[in-house]
Amino acid sequence: MSLKLLKQALNTAAPLPRMWRARELKDHYDVVIIGGGAHGLACAYYLAKDHGITDVAVLEKSYIGSGGSGRNTTIIRSNYLTPEGVRFYDESVKLYEEMAAELDFNVMFSQRGHLTLAHTDAAVRTMRRRAEVNRLQGVDSRLIWPDEIKRLCPPIDISDHPRYPIQAALYHPPGGVIRHDAVVWGYAAQADAGGVHLHQQTRVTGLQMEGGRVVGVETHRGRIGAGIVLNATAGWATTIADMAGVRLPITTFPLQACVTEPLKPFLDVIIVSGSLHVYVSQSDRGELVMGAAVDPFASYALRGSLSFIEGIAGHMLELFPSFAPARIMRLWAGLCDMTPDYSPIMGFTPVEGFLVDVGWGTYGFKAAPVSGKRMAELIASGQTPDLLRPFRLSRFAEHDLVGEKGAASVGH
Amino acid sequence: MLLLSCPNCGPRNVAEFRFGGEVHPRPAQPAHLSDASWSDYLYMRANTLGVQKEWWYHRAGCGLWFLAERHTQTNEVTATYRWQPADTTPSI
Repeated sequence: MSLKLLKQALNTAAPLPRMWRARELKDHYDVVIIGGGAHGLACAYYLAKDHGITDVAVLEKSYIGSGGSGRNTTIIRSNYLTPEGVRFYDESVKLYEEMAAELDFNVMFSQRGHLTLAHTDAAVRTMRRRAEVNRLQGVDSRLIWPDEIKRLCPPIDISDHPRYPIQAALYHPPGGVIRHDAVVWGYAAQADAGGVHLHQQTRVTGLQMEGGRVVGVETHRGRIGAGIVLNATAGWATTIADMAGVRLPITTFPLQACVTEPLKPFLDVIIVSGSLHVYVSQSDRGELVMGAAVDPFASYALRGSLSFIEGIAGHMLELFPSFAPARIMRLWAGLCDMTPDYSPIMGFTPVEGFLVDVGWGTYGFKAAPVSGKRMAELIASGQTPDLLRPFRLSRFAEHDLVGEKGAASVGH
Repeated sequence: MLLLSCPNCGPRNVAEFRFGGEVHPRPAQPAHLSDASWSDYLYMRANTLGVQKEWWYHRAGCGLWFLAERHTQTNEVTATYRWQPADTTPSI
């Protein structure tokens, strides 16, 4: 890549070629993926690369990566609470570690360490439990005390002055941040090179059913026949599932995030506080990227609110008094499909030919590679891979939930 | 949506309220439901894109649970009112 870049820098005549092509809409595809985010594109990429299934279309109503994939705060980690969750997200971290070479694209993955703070005895117990579950699954994760927190993160206030003093932290060294746009573009470019058709600005308006199975997708550009339809949308997952008559246990909430003006590099690690409902990392450009829990009421509105800014600023200053002069430059929202157990829903539905990769709450981006790879395996084999079985839709009817609230509700 | 009108207290900042989710009537005879219908009631939601009837609680005010009709994309509230038995008539 670097040699290519150098050659391009010296070549003033021609711009870089397009990373993916605009294609004609065919009247039939073996697999139609609804949603051109990291999940849908990763699935398309792995279908082509691992399984030789190239008659695939990805339909995106806006531009690719315009939804959750471009709105998240890019944190990647695997220190979850359940063995099922830890195994699943750990494969994702490993795929992220190889991604730049795999996609021939610099995704700028920076494994700088992830600290989840505990401010109460109950939180310390949860962190200790997570550390043990993580280590049993071979994930690097341990409980550390305020002196080590201060060594890893000098600007943090570990005194007993704040209302909720820091008592301990779950330290997860492989946790990191990445350039999320690059992940989307890398998957899109390689999926395109593998023969997948990417259709941007293509809105799905309905699904065509025949004898209880899905046989096609209606878009505002025309009808497409389909062997298999995968709903890989976020925020809009229930609106697509409604078209197939499939009910989902999902409620959509906005999640807000913001960045400050750029500052000189001083914050090496990612700091998360579940008790204070905030988290922060410093981007390569120097901006402090900050987020919180989902908004207090369900909505499809992508709006910011003053109460979010007030809350996040107040809590952030309890952790980092030195942030006070920093000005917030931008604020945005994304849509999060929350499920009852804070775990996603992947795999088959009661409607034949209609698959889902939805319910990604506030943790979808970090799972894109593994979910794409394993959903492609599911489509190619017709069988649910072991890694995905805990996250099947039927777990709700079977009362076999995967409770991740303790590790997923704020701790992005 | 910055203001929500409590049937007792009138328009107040939405921060005074707690959101109680979409109206989701309890089954008439839970003991006689099939397992599938019961888990459907427990977990599945309409997640309406459009005007939704939903519960709100005036937590930092009079303590009333009441109903609102709100558009979930614009957050425009078209009505708030007190609960009546007909609002939660069981569908199963």
